[in-house]
Amino acid sequence: MISNYRALLALLAPETILVVTALLVLVADLGLLRGRDPRRRATVAAMLGGLGCFLAMAFLLQPPEPRNLLDGMLVVNPLTQLVKQYLLFITFGTLILAVESRCTCHVGEYFALLILATVGFMFMVSSENLLMIFVSLELASLSLYILTAFARQTLASAEAALKYYLFGGLSAAFMLFGMSLLYGLTGEIHLADIADHTRSLGLDPLLILAMAMIVVGLGFKIAAVPFQLWAPDVYQGAPVPSAALIASGSKVASFFLLAKVAMVGFSGLEGSGGWGQFQAGWVPLLAVLAAFSIILGNLAALAQQSLKRLLAYSAIAHAGYMLTGVVAGGESGLVSLLYYVLTYALTAVGAFGVVDVVEAQAGDDRLSSFAGLSRRAPLMSFCLLVFLLSLAGIPPLAGFFGKFYMFSAAAGAGQHQLGMLWLVILAIAMSAVSLYYYLQVLKQVYVSAPAPAAGRLVIPLPVQVVIACLALSVIILGCFPNLLAGKLLLAFHGGH
Amino acid sequence: MLAWTIYISFIGAAVLMLVNPRHRLVVRGLALGTAVAGLLLALLGVLEYQRLAGLATIVDCSWIPALGIKYYLAVDGLSLVLVILTGLAAVTGILFSWNIEERVNEFFALYLALIGGVYGVFLSFDLFLLFVFYEIAIIPKYFLIAIWGSTNRQYGAMKLALYSFVGSAMVLVGLIAAYVVSGARTFDLVELARFNPFPASFQLWAFPLVFFGFAILAGLWPFHTWAPTGHVAAPTAASMLLAGVVMKLGAYGAMRVAMTLFPLGLMKWQPFLAYLAATGIVYGATVALVQRDLKFVIGYSSVSHMGFVLLGLMTLTEVGLTGAILQMFSHGIIAGLLFAVVGRMVYDRTHTRELARLRGMNLGRLMPFTAVAFVIAGAASMGLPGFSGFVAEWQVLVGAWHAFPGLAGLAGLGIIVGAAYTLRAIQQTFFGDQSAGPPEAPHDLAPVTWPEMLGVFILLGATLAVGLYPRVMLDLIVPSLNAPWMQALVGGIKP
Repeated sequence: MISNYRALLALLAPETILVVTALLVLVADLGLLRGRDPRRRATVAAMLGGLGCFLAMAFLLQPPEPRNLLDGMLVVNPLTQLVKQYLLFITFGTLILAVESRCTCHVGEYFALLILATVGFMFMVSSENLLMIFVSLELASLSLYILTAFARQTLASAEAALKYYLFGGLSAAFMLFGMSLLYGLTGEIHLADIADHTRSLGLDPLLILAMAMIVVGLGFKIAAVPFQLWAPDVYQGAPVPSAALIASGSKVASFFLLAKVAMVGFSGLEGSGGWGQFQAGWVPLLAVLAAFSIILGNLAALAQQSLKRLLAYSAIAHAGYMLTGVVAGGESGLVSLLYYVLTYALTAVGAFGVVDVVEAQAGDDRLSSFAGLSRRAPLMSFCLLVFLLSLAGIPPLAGFFGKFYMFSAAAGAGQHQLGMLWLVILAIAMSAVSLYYYLQVLKQVYVSAPAPAAGRLVIPLPVQVVIACLALSVIILGCFPNLLAGKLLLAFHGGH
Repeated sequence: MLAWTIYISFIGAAVLMLVNPRHRLVVRGLALGTAVAGLLLALLGVLEYQRLAGLATIVDCSWIPALGIKYYLAVDGLSLVLVILTGLAAVTGILFSWNIEERVNEFFALYLALIGGVYGVFLSFDLFLLFVFYEIAIIPKYFLIAIWGSTNRQYGAMKLALYSFVGSAMVLVGLIAAYVVSGARTFDLVELARFNPFPASFQLWAFPLVFFGFAILAGLWPFHTWAPTGHVAAPTAASMLLAGVVMKLGAYGAMRVAMTLFPLGLMKWQPFLAYLAATGIVYGATVALVQRDLKFVIGYSSVSHMGFVLLGLMTLTEVGLTGAILQMFSHGIIAGLLFAVVGRMVYDRTHTRELARLRGMNLGRLMPFTAVAFVIAGAASMGLPGFSGFVAEWQVLVGAWHAFPGLAGLAGLGIIVGAAYTLRAIQQTFFGDQSAGPPEAPHDLAPVTWPEMLGVFILLGATLAVGLYPRVMLDLIVPSLNAPWMQALVGGIKP
């Protein structure tokens, strides 16, 4: 047990710093900079926020003693700290993008909410207790709902936010109901204790119901089929930095949470998803969700004309790929999943950054607006090439190794050798389909001629630097996957 | 040393991206310099290699320990032959694209990136690494065709990219399954081949998966349809690379990975695949006979000639396999030359490839150098003695005669049809109807430039050198085929 509040505060330092930062941003913006030029206010807010991120990151750098406080209310170990570092890095990138995005005049609120959402993500990563899980999920979700609605001038933003909010509220209700069932069955709210009880319970019908309801809630967060309906509208309608955060930070935290709930909370109830060896449990459930997400996401993306919608459907497909990592389970499943989702987050932020840049000048994000981009903004085009090819899984980019690692983990999972190969085959086959639509975008960028009147794009330097850094990290992590995979493995073992 | 062929190509590509495209001569010079350096390194590799025996390791270090993946570059005689081919194709391809004016730095950067990937495939002996290089080659191909291509380029480029990607997806499934089944936590090709941890039932389906995955890119009938459209759509240098080295990537992968790792599966599928290969020989030749577009003739002839490679591989005899490897080299050179003459020397000047129109132009008079080059290249392609094609195809036929006498006859028929379509192409292009009235050709055909002449001489020299003194290649190929870890290939393996 923790002896005093000082020690507790030391463990919670990063989150505390971020909350304080969010408040400072609000005070600075509303109190000191009222009535100034929004761009200037945004710069100040981003600088404050960036400073907070770096301070918090500094506290995360020293390897902590693995701690599990108050029945999993706060779990701190090398793995959680590593994931939080990446979350902060992603938020930092989003903050920079938000400076130039000019989606709102309520600058202070926008930046404060970006930071608060991040706090929510960090708590999601750090909790193994049903209550804390729900509270942190809601903190993140509510922030994201508002962030989606921020472009008040556009109808699309309002529609997206409403859809997101209604679906989100509904799925949160489902999830809470599932959790209450789980508590009623076991009398515990700590995941590890729940697992002790459920193992002896076996597959009780009520337990299955609870499991399914929790999967509904988390399936909504990760936008897996059939809970994906909100995603295309939100990605398209939300201000771009919000969409970037939903596609990156939210995904990372939700997948980490899902993996924890499934692997720790329901350990012993895996069942089997092998071809011809189906056995009830969460593995076949998630495997089916994965299969449908992969199929629907990739096929629907083929027909998109808006790049943001295309990215949304590709995100649904990627949620499916990532579910194969959860399905794989165990050390290699979790580590490969984290490698995949972290590198995916980098590419998602970067891709949205490029979309934002183009949309700011072209007025929309239709594929034809990207025609000839390579001659109008060579560096940004190259970055977009890197991001999209990484999403398609072309080596030597991070997305390729991520897929390889995760799929080999999935193929080797389960009691039956190659039992899950059907899912791997499906995923690889569909990723061949995905190359087609990514190439359609790149064809516009590199092959098509630019519109006659189109000159070079004017892109603010900080945005260029952030996007280029993201592209560079995707290349480096692809060429030297061990930089991240090795660290994750080490953290995984350091935490147990 | 040989590893630098890879690095130098990628470095060259990166540098070219940064050069201002307005300095065309600088760009071309840099590209040519890089390619020549690669070729020289490859040739130096031959000297270095002759002192070492068997498989020579270049680099072997841990890359991704989480999965037991190594950065393992090595070379044996088979790779060396193909590395030299790549070097030759790279240099001559640049010589024949000297006239590219539009976005010239991007063109050569993509070109060199493709070359770097190809070198990488031939030198990798870790399966994962090999696959990485194999996929690196896909994207540059797409852009080279889609941006600088001609007829139907968008379609041809996308078709090629998707065919390649589907092929590599099949290979990827096979690799992952093999990794799981072997349980050895290694992708080391030599180690896996030596201990062969794969049960027969697994090999039975893993072999065709991986083999077809690679063979799609080798133009195996009936998965060849990307080849003619891709070749026709591509700019000259890209056609030269596609036919010259990219199709060899497929054949090499099929041999090095599928056939070496899954010998039991190979034994089961051998007759069926031999039939497909022989069908490809005859089919490609017959279809080439009736084409109206000169580049389609060469495109289908590539399908036919690659059929010899695959047939040679399927004989599982020393002579047949040797012929297959030699045919890879020979076809790379000859097809490169044919595409260069057709694409750069004829099409870029006359702006047509329609045989019917070319016939009226009487080009033999107007472009004597081109005509002579095409006639000699055609002779080499027909398999006339003295050229490399003869040595290669003859060995494949001998091998096939031992393994599948009937198919050897069919392949022989393919050679005869091959002579027919080549002669038809020569006749209609250069020695058309002389009595049909005044030639309709534009009279201001640009003279042949020095890069083109140099390129023609290099390629002709290579095919003649190997044709007249095949031992330079055979001394590299035969000992490597008999290496202990490749034992599953020569003579096959009894279950």
